[in-house]
Amino acid sequence: MGKATFQIWRGDATNGRFEEYTTDVGDGMVVLDAVHLIQAEQAPDLAVRWNCKAGKCGSCSAEVNGKPRLMCMTRLDDLDLTRPVRIEPMKAFPLVRDLVTDVSWNYAAKKKIKPFKPRKPDAADGTWRMLQEDIDRPQEFRKCIECFLCQNVCHVLREHEKFDEFIGPRLFVYSAALEMHPLDVENRLSDLKKQDGIGYCNITKCCTVVCPEHITITDNAIIPLKERVVDAFYDPIARLFRFARSE
Amino acid sequence: MAKSSVALKPRGLGKTSRTDAWWATPLATFIVLSTFLVYATWAAFQNADYWYGNYLSPFYSPEVLGQSPHRLFGPKPEWWPGWLPFSPALLILPFPALFRFTCYYYRGAYYKAFWADPPACAVSEPRKGYTGEHGFPLIMQNIHRYFLYAAIIFILFLLHDAWKGFWFAEEGIGGYSPKGLHPFPDVPVRFGIGVGSLILLTNVVLLGLYTFSCHSFRHLVGGRRKLLSAKPMSLRCYTCVSGLNKKHMLFAWCSLFSVMIADLYVRLCAAGVIRDFRFF
Repeated sequence: MGKATFQIWRGDATNGRFEEYTTDVGDGMVVLDAVHLIQAEQAPDLAVRWNCKAGKCGSCSAEVNGKPRLMCMTRLDDLDLTRPVRIEPMKAFPLVRDLVTDVSWNYAAKKKIKPFKPRKPDAADGTWRMLQEDIDRPQEFRKCIECFLCQNVCHVLREHEKFDEFIGPRLFVYSAALEMHPLDVENRLSDLKKQDGIGYCNITKCCTVVCPEHITITDNAIIPLKERVVDAFYDPIARLFRFARSE
Repeated sequence: MAKSSVALKPRGLGKTSRTDAWWATPLATFIVLSTFLVYATWAAFQNADYWYGNYLSPFYSPEVLGQSPHRLFGPKPEWWPGWLPFSPALLILPFPALFRFTCYYYRGAYYKAFWADPPACAVSEPRKGYTGEHGFPLIMQNIHRYFLYAAIIFILFLLHDAWKGFWFAEEGIGGYSPKGLHPFPDVPVRFGIGVGSLILLTNVVLLGLYTFSCHSFRHLVGGRRKLLSAKPMSLRCYTCVSGLNKKHMLFAWCSLFSVMIADLYVRLCAAGVIRDFRFF
């Protein structure tokens, strides 16, 4: 394929700039390969987080030509190499250095979600029975690799920085996995409405677009959770039915 | 939480590192939805040329009060205030309009196209404050399911209109329906197919697909349950609606075009601009 030019963000939280590197590129290479080549030949101090190089660890999240992507899953032959390829760190999170960001807020926010609380065991030996049709829905959410690209692209976090009031798409997926789990008996709807700020989501579906695991985040996790919150807090007829049943 | 680097995150409408044509989709959405809004408003205020024999424009269906033989109850009431514009469409259009306005798909689309909130994924916005659907007025979007109930009733009326579209008066235009379905049961009619019949049928099919692929409908038929296996019928409905729901965006656009085309076709026929082609 020849040579290609990359503009890579170099710097820390206080200061930085784009630096240009031109390097050899070949068939089958991904952006992370090019970054590694630049690191090996031209910029040994370039900070980049990576691990599996197979799209399964979620470490090498970045923005390539402005789009949030995993560097290891972005093939160079899908990019226009006649122009410099711009590589930046995720913009929603604090920058540590170069392409590395501090994503620890996600882990702290996750701890605030009520954990899995199973019903009493179905059998005397302390085990449960589940049917596949009940586990199909949460099973999709188990594919999440916690790359946090969805959190990064969500404008509520990225643009409006509502980190204290909104948990973001990744954690709604986590909440949906718990809420839809056939064994779980915990009620998280009040938290979803108040503490987790699900009302801030305005369904732009950007999280679904960037998900490297192709989880249908908006349609299968966030909207069903919104509908459950409507059931509990905004639907007067549903409330009337609940009231009548409880009488 | 510490803020990310300011230099990396330029602020202001349309600021982005994206190099693709990110503006194309919101621009197309803006143009199509604006065209539809202008056309639908104009058509709703016309109060004329909305029926042609057995065809009734979907913008005017059900015709609760009006001047056509399709009306359900009678003409415009005499007590109607003179200063208040009257049209059968104005009485009913708010329901389907609000069904679309509060639709989960359209919400995401018009927040981008009309409010730039955001203009596109990973593109900066013009404003700093944001309440989303967490506060008034957008918290009202949560009553979407009530407009779904209305939309389902409208589908039944449109199905009836499509059925009537296949029954033509023997002599010219005037009657249209088999006995029992029409206020003029004595007019002799026979089964036939015109271009208008197919347009009205296609329209109700697409509107039905859009309505029954709705996210709220998916929730109501089964999504709300923790244990789907406990209700086999609910599970079957949920599986079916989930399949339709994957194409909800497609149905949303197709039905938007079909309802506009159906109104335009009936209007052009009624105004004498075109003649309805009859296959038999």
